Amino acid sequence: MNYEIVGITVLWIFLFGYMIVASIDFGAGFFSFYSVVLGHENKVHNIIQRYLSPVWEVTNVFLVFFYVGLVGFFPDAAYYYGTALLVPGSLVIVMLAIRGVYYAFNTYGVSKENNKLYMALYGATGILIPAALSTILAISEGGIIGMRDGNVIVHWVTFFRNPYTWSVILLALVSVLYISAMFLTFYAKRSGDKEAFEIIRRYALAWSGPTILASLLAFFQINKQNPEHFQAMLHIAWMFVASFVCFVLAVYFVWKRIHLGWSFIFVMLQFAFAWFGYGRSHLPYVLYKYINIYENFTNDTMAIALISAFSLGIIVLVPSLILIMRLFLFDAKYIRGSSDKKG
Amino acid sequence: MSSLDPVLLSRILTGLTLFVHIIFASLGVGIPVMIALAEWRGIRTKDPHYTLLARRWARGFVITVAVGVVTGTSIGLQLSLLWPTFMRVAGQAIALPLFMETFAFFIEAIFLGIYLYTWERFTNRMTHLLLLIPVALGSSASAVFITTVNSFMNAPQGFTLSDGILTDINPIAAMLNTATPTKVTHVLVSSYTMCAGVLAGLAAFSIARGNKHMYFKKALKLTVISTFVFAIATAIIGDFSGKYLAKYQPEKLAAGEWHFDTSAYATLVYGGVLDENNEVKFGLKIPYALSILAGNALNTEVIGLNEFPEDERPPLSIHYFFDTMVTLGVLLVVIPLIYMLRKRLPGKKVYPQWMMIGLMALGPLSLTAIEVGWMYAEVGRQPWIMRGYMKVTEAATTSTNVGWMLILFILLYLVLCFSCIKVLSKLFRNKNAIDEMKMLGIEGGERK
Repeated sequence: MNYEIVGITVLWIFLFGYMIVASIDFGAGFFSFYSVVLGHENKVHNIIQRYLSPVWEVTNVFLVFFYVGLVGFFPDAAYYYGTALLVPGSLVIVMLAIRGVYYAFNTYGVSKENNKLYMALYGATGILIPAALSTILAISEGGIIGMRDGNVIVHWVTFFRNPYTWSVILLALVSVLYISAMFLTFYAKRSGDKEAFEIIRRYALAWSGPTILASLLAFFQINKQNPEHFQAMLHIAWMFVASFVCFVLAVYFVWKRIHLGWSFIFVMLQFAFAWFGYGRSHLPYVLYKYINIYENFTNDTMAIALISAFSLGIIVLVPSLILIMRLFLFDAKYIRGSSDKKG
Repeated sequence: MSSLDPVLLSRILTGLTLFVHIIFASLGVGIPVMIALAEWRGIRTKDPHYTLLARRWARGFVITVAVGVVTGTSIGLQLSLLWPTFMRVAGQAIALPLFMETFAFFIEAIFLGIYLYTWERFTNRMTHLLLLIPVALGSSASAVFITTVNSFMNAPQGFTLSDGILTDINPIAAMLNTATPTKVTHVLVSSYTMCAGVLAGLAAFSIARGNKHMYFKKALKLTVISTFVFAIATAIIGDFSGKYLAKYQPEKLAAGEWHFDTSAYATLVYGGVLDENNEVKFGLKIPYALSILAGNALNTEVIGLNEFPEDERPPLSIHYFFDTMVTLGVLLVVIPLIYMLRKRLPGKKVYPQWMMIGLMALGPLSLTAIEVGWMYAEVGRQPWIMRGYMKVTEAATTSTNVGWMLILFILLYLVLCFSCIKVLSKLFRNKNAIDEMKMLGIEGGERK
């Protein structure tokens, strides 16, 4: 395998990681808010808080990691996307900032009761951030970023009129809620909290239908937006079929209330197949017609250095991730809340 | 003009983000070390006061980490959003340290989460303390990696530039450039100094408000002595940095010292103002000191600013940043020294009011020292973004919306800092140390 493929695969894996952990996080924020509004906050809210507290920082790193890797492997990406995305990028930063900080303030600060306004802000950013981030996928299909007099420009009108943009946003919204609910179903079951489990299970089932419909919509919109990409997707159609099969299995398990751990693994596989299928067919472009992984790749020495650093990093990172999961995700005592809380 | 405006606005916005981030980033680097120190003493001396101290610091630390994380994400993304042309070029040469910085941050994030939630989980308290090692190592390592990027901008190397394209790139050489050793060590040690100073200021504040408990005196002793040690180390490395500047980046030193003509036996100017003919007025002039600063000998030749074309000179105002930084550095050594000699001082009180005011000032003084130090370093390399290779004006975004983004971020940072201070003060006021000692049944917890 050549460096270009290794590089883009590394990045794509991290973006996938971010998609999963951030979806859980963002969706959880929304459900937390929703449950406070409905008045069954204590049933669901505590479960969500207990999961989120030790991991909120880690989620952010996945995104930064992807971004730094993108700039490292494809320095031209910084130039095109950087110039084009000043305003949306800044808005995402502000939302991430508000979300991250107020989460920490609320959890580690003293105020015990849930502030409604804060919860609303938290829930809203949980929905808006993925929507905003997903639009970059729409931009990457081409036709939005152009050049005039040697400067990068963005055709925002074309962007907002484009049905593909909206189908991607829709997909991001529903899949965040779906992934999150599917995970929390598993988590609630492990905690032995029957009430929370039943509520979250209903969320999971409710969001599964819209997710698959939105996926189909986005799938066919690509044909209109970028037929070349769509043809490439048809060549690896088996990946999308596999994704659908995993979806069916995951939902079936939740429906039957059995094998919830496997159910979430199938959710991850469902998105993995779709995500890597989409990514693979998108190649060789990172930004259609402007950034090609072969032509705009960093120099060889840097590529080797980055890949070596990545391999060494993984050796430290994976055991640490396993440790935090064992301590908080798979430790029955902690999940039930009988273990000690924050210092 | 319209092509220049984004440049100025981008500079202001980047400066603003860094201004906010530097405080929280430095706290992130130094506080884990201080927490580890306190917890370790607690275990070694079996003194629960130190353990409580570590615990209370850790509680406040999470709040500052949260702000540090989001402002860090902010500056990271802004690099590409505001300086796309720079990142396109620099990405070829310095992606490696940026990449490694994220790894270090990852480790820190993971272990901080574990540390905070496992105070009572391990029977051996040493195990809990060991969790801090990856946190402290991770935060210091990210500071090291990101500082090598900044060093690269000051002393670009590890590539050849031909027709605007970088070739023969050596990422390791780019990281280990001539500016790296002094910059990295100065950044690390000054962060430790700042954190020790801030915590010392807080401890002094508690005592000044009338808390006579041993707990506060122990906290004060630990933090003030740490401030002293770290401040001395910072000063020594600062001296190396001066020698580095004299050799490799003479225009920064010359602008900072208002040294116009190349000469040996150079005089150091402290304070003062410049008239229209660039003559120094009212300044305190210390003969030969600049030559000693530059090369440890009276006859060291110090390159003057006149050797550089006018459009490649840094602004002369950085003189004040340099003076302020050095003055504050001296105070950060002297004030702790007075505290350490307190028992030999004339007078009956061991903690006289004037000394407590001085100790309280350690916090704000050390914060200011970090800020002006960075301003000196950054403004001092104007007009370059990559010294000798790329000017700031060539690197900025062409977008016309930077002004709006500046307003947006000013609002964001105001809100962040304001609520951070509010949350922190509420956190410590609602659960004060005395009550907590009583609650935990620590001996001596009752007010004496």
